[in-house]
Amino acid sequence: MKNKANTLETVVHGIFLILGLITVGAVLLISIYLIVSGLPAIKEIGLWNFLFGGEWAPSKSDPQFGILPFILTSIYGTAGAILIGTPIGFFTSVYLAKMAPKKMKQIVSSAVSLLAGIPSVVYGLVGMLVLVPAIRKIFQLPDGASLLAAIIVLSIMVLPSIIKVSLTALEAVPKEYEEGSFALGSTPVETYFKISVPAAKSGIATAIVLGVGRAIGEAMAVVMVSGNVANMPSLFESVRFLTTAVSSEMSYTATGSLHQQALFSIALVLFLFIMLINATLNFFLKKKKES
Amino acid sequence: MKKMIGFLTAALLFTCALTGCGSSGSGNEGENGNENEAVSADAKAVSTDGSTSMEKVIGALGEAFKENNGIPVTYSPTGSGSGITAVAEGRCDIGLSSRELKEEEIAKGLKGTVLALDGIAVIVNPDNPVADLDMETIAKIYKGEITNWKDAGGNDGEIVLIGREANSGTRDGFESITDTKDACQYRQELSSTGDVITTVMNNPNAIGYASVASVKDSVKTISVDNILPTEETIKDGSYKIQRPFVLVTKEDTNLSDTAQKFYDFCLSEDAKTIITSAGIVPAN
Repeated sequence: MKNKANTLETVVHGIFLILGLITVGAVLLISIYLIVSGLPAIKEIGLWNFLFGGEWAPSKSDPQFGILPFILTSIYGTAGAILIGTPIGFFTSVYLAKMAPKKMKQIVSSAVSLLAGIPSVVYGLVGMLVLVPAIRKIFQLPDGASLLAAIIVLSIMVLPSIIKVSLTALEAVPKEYEEGSFALGSTPVETYFKISVPAAKSGIATAIVLGVGRAIGEAMAVVMVSGNVANMPSLFESVRFLTTAVSSEMSYTATGSLHQQALFSIALVLFLFIMLINATLNFFLKKKKES
Repeated sequence: MKKMIGFLTAALLFTCALTGCGSSGSGNEGENGNENEAVSADAKAVSTDGSTSMEKVIGALGEAFKENNGIPVTYSPTGSGSGITAVAEGRCDIGLSSRELKEEEIAKGLKGTVLALDGIAVIVNPDNPVADLDMETIAKIYKGEITNWKDAGGNDGEIVLIGREANSGTRDGFESITDTKDACQYRQELSSTGDVITTVMNNPNAIGYASVASVKDSVKTISVDNILPTEETIKDGSYKIQRPFVLVTKEDTNLSDTAQKFYDFCLSEDAKTIITSAGIVPAN
């Protein structure tokens, strides 16, 4: 009888092992596939020309495959979104964690969760129909599809990850810290910004890095508001991101052509960026554990 | 022993998962009929190869043909040039080209049969007073030589050029007819016809191009050299921004029975309604 139970135990153990391996397998498969299909084009174009070439014109008679405009656009766009999104997200989470009345907290929290659940294509659609014409009118531009529009959309999209993760970190600060501060005569605001926030800083840093990851990997929403021309980034010009460079041209390339291989190489560059962000994230998480 | 059983279960399940994936995967390929494997799996299949713009019409014709005869039609969207090469080298039954055959291609013993005509409409915002442009002005606008609507008979306002992404069939067609290849100064490059129309609808100074069939009332189609794109003007060739969809075959070699059947079907009366519903004008 006991033996039977043991057998069942091991069988279940085996099933769980496989389920775990599926994730690992998927990661390995995608990484290897990207590297294998991304390298040939880089080799043919030359690493320097590929990464630092300023012109992208794959269908020209003398094709050019320089992705510097895409890299810079992705960096500027992400930086802009973080610059706008972080203060809003940070202060919202301090308010929610420490000051908000219970009812208010409930309402705002569920609004944030809802924001996280909105599909990116909806952000793009609203951006395309409302934000882009608004930018055109406000700034008196010929056309509103621009880096600015993408930054605004992205900064709203990163809010949920920033707010939720910082909120958890702030709520995890031990009550004794704050009580001690109050006992010494600090006002609540002094306490929150001098005691609670520093105590939760690695959690807040994690939140920002997560936001960066969300912004740099977004494709659907930005493709609809950024105009998609391979220009060097400028706030009011039409720009193309790394993600949208891959998605907008993939369906038209001939299998095995240099153009298609170059798109895989762009995906590889994007992949490396995201690995870098993950490494930063792990660094902060490790630091948090140590402290 | 315990570990052994666990490991064996793992191995067994893993194999099941793999084979399961494998068989369902190949099933899908067969259905789509896009993969080369489908050709070898079913020797009777008619293989077509070429223009990406013809995807919709060949897809619709192929589906109807399969329904009637049970013979699948495969389609490789490789571009007009590759399709013509493929048929010349005997790698496919029928080549698809969205341009007329060139002299040297005809000299190589290839024959082009026009299946249908596709008109590309030039569209502007409904609020734009401009209703007609000639070819030369359109080319100048797209090359960035005319940048303000007042120089093209409209209000004062910077022209916003909306186009399609590189390699798009519509972009290729438009640029080669207006002779603006690689010279267009786009403000936006969008990846679908629908996006082009929405953007032009939302911007009073925008100009764009789209396949005639997809243009709706939300934008204004302008006439080119005083001729609006309609079924008649496209058919008689008076509307200039149009291109033929051509079936390319070899002059001296006969098609296989199944390929001949599909070829005849494409040019039959029955196919006309299918071609029209795919948004283009049947040639004959």
